Amino acid sequence: MQFLRNFFDKAYEKAGEKFHPVVESFDTILFSPNHTTKSGAHVRDAVDLKRTMMFVILAMVPCLLFGMWNVGEQHFIASGETVSFFDKFLHGAIRVLPLVVVSYGVGLTVEFIFGIIKGHSLHEGYLVSGMLIPLIMPVETPLWMVAIAVVFGVVIGKEVFGGTGMNILNVALTTRAFLFFAHPNSMIGDKIWISQMRDMEANGTMADGVSGATPLGQLATMDPGTVDTYYANGGVDFSQSLMGNYLGSIGETSVYAILLGLAFLLITRVASWRIVVSFFAGGFAMAFIFNIFAGDNVFMQVPALSQLMLGSFMFGMVFMITDPVTAAQTNKGKFYYGFLAGFIGILIRVANPAYPEGIMLGILIANVCASLIDHMVINANIKRREKRLAKATA
Amino acid sequence: MSEKKEALFSKKNKKLLSDPLNLNNPVTIQVLGICSALAVTVQMDNAIVMSVAVLFVMVMGNLIVSLLRNLIPSKIKIIVQLVIVAALVIIVDQVLKAYVYDVSKSLSVFVGLIITNCIIMGRLEAYALGNKPWGSILDGVGNGLGYGLILVVVAFFKELFGSGKLLGFEIFGNSIEQTGLYSIGYEDNGLMLLPPSSLILVAIYIWIQKKRTPSLIDENAN
Repeated sequence: MQFLRNFFDKAYEKAGEKFHPVVESFDTILFSPNHTTKSGAHVRDAVDLKRTMMFVILAMVPCLLFGMWNVGEQHFIASGETVSFFDKFLHGAIRVLPLVVVSYGVGLTVEFIFGIIKGHSLHEGYLVSGMLIPLIMPVETPLWMVAIAVVFGVVIGKEVFGGTGMNILNVALTTRAFLFFAHPNSMIGDKIWISQMRDMEANGTMADGVSGATPLGQLATMDPGTVDTYYANGGVDFSQSLMGNYLGSIGETSVYAILLGLAFLLITRVASWRIVVSFFAGGFAMAFIFNIFAGDNVFMQVPALSQLMLGSFMFGMVFMITDPVTAAQTNKGKFYYGFLAGFIGILIRVANPAYPEGIMLGILIANVCASLIDHMVINANIKRREKRLAKATA
Repeated sequence: MSEKKEALFSKKNKKLLSDPLNLNNPVTIQVLGICSALAVTVQMDNAIVMSVAVLFVMVMGNLIVSLLRNLIPSKIKIIVQLVIVAALVIIVDQVLKAYVYDVSKSLSVFVGLIITNCIIMGRLEAYALGNKPWGSILDGVGNGLGYGLILVVVAFFKELFGSGKLLGFEIFGNSIEQTGLYSIGYEDNGLMLLPPSSLILVAIYIWIQKKRTPSLIDENAN
């Protein structure tokens, strides 16, 4: 420990004024800063921003590990080979870790550059976004696309608004939305979800009858009929969607892994239960409305609860919508905010076949509305109290 | 003539030309004429033709209104201005259809919509109605160029990254035959073909512009 401390002390001297923020940020990841607020009112708490961020990253670890295994699992199902658990995991790790490294490398570089130009200490906000971004990408996303999208997400999504804590839109989702519109061939379709699928097709090593489409992609293109035909043709059923061994973005498939993260976030009170509950309620309400008016549309017939377990709904509920910076701040507003995001997310997902994954857009729309919701909640409160005052004094 | 004649390019007149290019740019500082900046910037040639069209309408409109400024009753001045601008826009539209039909087709309704371009009515109201013809012409040229500058800069990036071309020449290679950059996996950025990317590019332009000229930053904004 003392060795590390000495190392940083020396690094401060070497870095001088200009690169002070860089050294400081690495320093405070490893050591809690021991300076305290000197004056004014402040909260005493062992948890600072960096520890909060670390909690969120810890909560994502189950998703990441499961995602790595699932990438291998899906790859070897597609190639028709039977390999050991460890081989699957290894394959997945080799495919996923480069995404993580690129995401962190590029994102932190941008943060460092802005920190040095603006002369402020470094913002730790990217620690969470950097882990979220690989988890919401299809495994086949080219690394250079991830790099460009990360630059866009960090600069346009966050730095122009003033950095960590000032952003209007969720940085990870901004990154994904950028890729979604800029390179749709790499974000939607049925060639991108199985690791090395294009190579395998070119070499002819694909097993017969393997479809590269995600359940949502399949559902969006189903012919009119009943949902039973979907399940009969190997559709992902409820228990499989809980387990998560199906195709999708790297970290989003397993509901069990996500719920582990949710439990951790709720116990440490990093995530707001109000937002989580209302987001779920919003999605359920929309899915239920679709069930009622489904007709012969298979996508709309999917039972409400099963609908929510597919795709990124659960992942968004735990890691995206709960981002405290972009969420509504008032307790009442959090209910409206979560409900709106879930409701619109499922609406876009089911109603627009071009966007089989609408949760991202639903959450971004709710992000934009968050401050408006707060404004309305606060004004309603003021009006209510004014009325009460008028009554009392009349 | 009793009063001293002002030089054609006096300091004041030069300012009329140079201000709209940077310090008082109609698009980035006054935030006018954004709609056409979003719509016609997918390709450079469209942006250039559009800029020239607006420049023409602006200069001629300014000149005519300035010449008539003492004759126009203030009660109907908006109508008179509209008639003048509408006539000019129709002339531009017909010329484009006659000589650059393809561009005219891809600009479609936006040529006609020059009439609603806030920059033009804004300059007529703010400058031409109260100033002499020569100054009005310079003002029109300055604002037309300021508008065109933004359009061309935005279109440059949109065409380069959206379709890998500049003025129709393939810069990054052929995307269908997979030559040049495309052979190593590069793909065009689809977002650049959509109108919202213009907003992002204009915003980045404003960011850089204000960074370079601190006097533009509104002190009261913070």
